[in-house]
Amino acid sequence: MKSTLFNMVAVLFTVTLIASAGVGAVNMITADAIAAANAAATTEAVANVLPEFENTEISEQTIDDMPIVVYTATKGDETVGYAVESMTKNGFGGAIRMMVGFAPDGKILNVNVLQQAETPGLGTKMADEDNALLRSIKDKKAWEIEFKVKKDGGELDALTAATISSRAYYDAVARAYEAYKVACGYADKADGVSGATATNNEGQKTQEGGQNE
Amino acid sequence: MELSYFAIIIGAIFVNNVVFAQFLGICPFLGVSSKVNTSLGMGAAVTFVMALASIVAWSIQTFILVPLQIEYMQTIVFILVIAALVQMVEIVLKKVSPSLYQALGIFLPLITTNCAVLGVAILMIQKEFNLLQSFTYSVATAIGFAMALVLFAGIRERLELDGVPAAFKGNPIALITAAILAMAFMGFSGLV
Amino acid sequence: MNKMQIVLNGILKNNPTFVLVLGMCPTLGTTTSAINGLGMGVATMAVLIMSNLVISLIKNFIPDKVRIPAFIVVIASFVTIIQMLMQAYVPSLYASLGVFIPLIVVNCIILGRAEAFASKNGAVDSILDGIGIGLGFTIALTLIGAVREILGSGAIFGFSLGIADYMPLVFVLAPGAFFVLGYMMVLFNKLAKK
Repeated sequence: MKSTLFNMVAVLFTVTLIASAGVGAVNMITADAIAAANAAATTEAVANVLPEFENTEISEQTIDDMPIVVYTATKGDETVGYAVESMTKNGFGGAIRMMVGFAPDGKILNVNVLQQAETPGLGTKMADEDNALLRSIKDKKAWEIEFKVKKDGGELDALTAATISSRAYYDAVARAYEAYKVACGYADKADGVSGATATNNEGQKTQEGGQNE
Repeated sequence: MELSYFAIIIGAIFVNNVVFAQFLGICPFLGVSSKVNTSLGMGAAVTFVMALASIVAWSIQTFILVPLQIEYMQTIVFILVIAALVQMVEIVLKKVSPSLYQALGIFLPLITTNCAVLGVAILMIQKEFNLLQSFTYSVATAIGFAMALVLFAGIRERLELDGVPAAFKGNPIALITAAILAMAFMGFSGLV
Repeated sequence: MNKMQIVLNGILKNNPTFVLVLGMCPTLGTTTSAINGLGMGVATMAVLIMSNLVISLIKNFIPDKVRIPAFIVVIASFVTIIQMLMQAYVPSLYASLGVFIPLIVVNCIILGRAEAFASKNGAVDSILDGIGIGLGFTIALTLIGAVREILGSGAIFGFSLGIADYMPLVFVLAPGAFFVLGYMMVLFNKLAKK
């Protein structure tokens, strides 16, 4: 077909209009399904890092300009754990998102990396089930951990040839711990209701001391 | 603490080299790079367009797509913006600097379908970089691309003079050469 | 042209990966396992068939000078639609293919077939061409993915063969992609000559 200014503009406009309408329509159809898929992924991640629970209560916080979501899991009247969806922007490939599970006494139960774009074969190991990063913090009490890799004078292992990725991983876990402290109210509970909470308060002080160095 | 610009630059040029680790821009990599000179031209043209595209794409994402909540239009909008940008660069270059146009002109139309440009635009949004980080990342990626192209062209110029088995001629030997180069680039992994 | 011939041409004589050497980026980038290669192939095939069909239908209404931009809009729309469908119904596959799904837009195969075939032929032939080329691409990607998965992680379609510890991981990493594709092209060249 011969090109004139009028038919070029008209055709491009029509094509774009129809195309956008089509894409918009499909978006409306799939939006719910995408939201459902994302919700299912989140639920699975929460279940993955926590012991058995019945209900979760969601609260949101902003730490260092990043949105952190805390899922407080309960069974009956008892709180069985906290799953914190944390993130960092310091990954080697940009943002890393993860779900960190805490027991009510502050023990780190499990970490599930949700999104990362690290170097394949090196930094990506952080998402493996049993990796050096997870091993060095799993089942440890969060307030006793100084979130630093050995290279920076800490005690935590790093992934081989992926120091930046490892730092970022611990950065996100540390942020999750900050959110966890706020969520379970240690910041307010000066007296400590139970024995466990009292220990936590002390632990918290030492941990903060460590950070000031 | 933000990811340092130094880490972004080293990462994009060496560790996650766009060609050898991310597999973007393979078509021009295999198609263009058999002469060092043309490779330099292509590399320069890509750097220019990528730098511009990163700024434009970032602004569109931040100021138009996100506020209107139509992030799903990202692919369509970005590819059109890149295509338009390439056209504009071509027209402006023709008027302003005919000599530069002479040098880069023939590569410009090829860039629209260079997936590295669109890939970088999408990746920098995914990585949640800010504007300056995006710009740094794009330029560093483009430099990595240019470097891969020139390195590869140097090898292929020599390869042409060697007796290659018939079944390996052309693309197969190029790919195997690229494999060895990619392995060499893996050595950079421990850099940071 | 014989209808069957169009499909067969796409798979063998015009195989997009081994003969035309188009769409190399996803070929190398997504074939870390057989299932990823298959997923990428099918996604590309879906876009290719749809865009071939639409372009063959609207080709007479498009002025020559804006042909390419119009084609790109059509292709980009279908890519976006596929992207949303995958995100909704196969989220894990979508996550592992990552940036290469939106990058189907710039896959030279699709624009290439739009230009070389769909803009010159009728709707039925264009669909058949899409199926043929799409199948050729899918088969190539699945094969490469399978070879890399076996050699690199000692598994096939996710089923462990129990030999993972003895296999060189390098085949699922970047160099392995180039190696496997290079040697498979050699093999294809050898077999095609006979």
